[in-house]
Amino acid sequence: MKVLIDQAKCCGAGQCVLVASAVFDQREEDGVVFLLNPEPPPEQFEAVRQAQRICPALAIEVQD
Amino acid sequence: MAVPANVGSSDQQAGAVAGCPFHHGAASAYPMPRDYPLDPPPPLADLRKDQPISRVRLWNGQEAWLATRYDDVRALLTDPRVSADTTRPDFPGHSPGMSLVRSRYRTFMSMDPPDHTLHRRMLTAEFTVRRIDQLRTRIQEIVDQRIEAMLDKGPPAELVEDLALALPSLIICDLLGIPYEDQDFFQSRAAIIASSNTSPEKAAEVTRELCDGYLGDLIDRKSADPQDDLLSRVIVAQFRSGNLDRHGLISVARQLLVAGHETSANTIAMGVLALLEHPDQLKALKDDPSLLNGAVEEILRYVDVAHAGRRRIALADIEIGGCLIRKGDGIIAHNPSANRDARAFDDPDRFDIRRDARHHVAFGFGVHQCLGQPLARAELQAVFGTLFKRIPALRLAVPVSALKFKDDMFVYGVDSLPIAW
Repeated sequence: MKVLIDQAKCCGAGQCVLVASAVFDQREEDGVVFLLNPEPPPEQFEAVRQAQRICPALAIEVQD
Repeated sequence: MAVPANVGSSDQQAGAVAGCPFHHGAASAYPMPRDYPLDPPPPLADLRKDQPISRVRLWNGQEAWLATRYDDVRALLTDPRVSADTTRPDFPGHSPGMSLVRSRYRTFMSMDPPDHTLHRRMLTAEFTVRRIDQLRTRIQEIVDQRIEAMLDKGPPAELVEDLALALPSLIICDLLGIPYEDQDFFQSRAAIIASSNTSPEKAAEVTRELCDGYLGDLIDRKSADPQDDLLSRVIVAQFRSGNLDRHGLISVARQLLVAGHETSANTIAMGVLALLEHPDQLKALKDDPSLLNGAVEEILRYVDVAHAGRRRIALADIEIGGCLIRKGDGIIAHNPSANRDARAFDDPDRFDIRRDARHHVAFGFGVHQCLGQPLARAELQAVFGTLFKRIPALRLAVPVSALKFKDDMFVYGVDSLPIAW
């Protein structure tokens, strides 16, 4: 799995951090998402997919 | 008041696409009445089934499109052709007061990208998951103090004033750097503005008093002498650099002050009611504290107090659900209805704290999704993780039929919740 994010779209709602904190984090200065791990291990797959589903800005893309 | 241009829909306006499920009947009156205070109005379930995109008539005679299905609500709220700009002609406002504050005291909530992105990011650093986590100790302290105070003086107690409203008000006052003693003043003014029973003249008067008077003075004091609080930080970062003027600061202050306490307060009160009305679910939560976070998500989904729906306007013709929404038409994306859509939630009218409700749209969807949601979650988790542990015998002191609900307000809730134990 490869995770891609679009920081220009991100609205800093923090949903991804709440469901997959090992993969996503927020920049201190403006809350915009950044990746802690763009190629997460299988145990993170479900959380990442949920983050993608609930991201309100549609800023997360997942490639399998 | 000027009559909106699209009063009285014609066949050219509504249902221009063949096969539109709605092209003959009259628009329904909106909002619709409820049967049971914890459920959305029953006609919404019929609309979800037969007319997922329908026409409604608002308080001022204006018509708008109503989207009731989960997928349609999410699609509209993420569609770049759909605008939140309240200053556009025929924007479908909730009431005279809300239309006034949302257009005259505009914040990021009433802007589209790229302006929205710029203005929202002036505040996002204050509401990251990490920053809000740092407030949890203070939130828990207030919850504990408030519950001890109820135990000292009661039973009975009044849950809204003693806890549900007090907690978010204290926190938002702390955060913004606003004296808590002023809460009666700004809460009473905010309630007048948010009521659909307030006349345009009264709304304008009270808005001037709250915004230009009270909040203007506050901004001036903080500009002269910035402290360690959110408003002071915004003043230093955005006002002094010219990104926001004084009016912009007042608008942001009003937005955060009102949004920061009304929604959380009403969700706490309605959540307590939902649990008391479902004793099996309350028992499950008491028996297994690990259910807490899921229970909070289910409370958000089930009680969804943002009952006005998300208001938008079309910037271009949009085809959805076999209907054609015309450029300039008002749109209501109905989040509480989406949260009861069986396409997204099994047995959606069942209150079930064990379900996975995490994809609910109680905070909205799209780039306008609630900025303060980490704070709301932290407050709800503290309340529902403590209240029934500390007062296990908590019960309603009056029948549900004696409660008065906020049907006419921008944010739904209950006026007061008398409890005993």
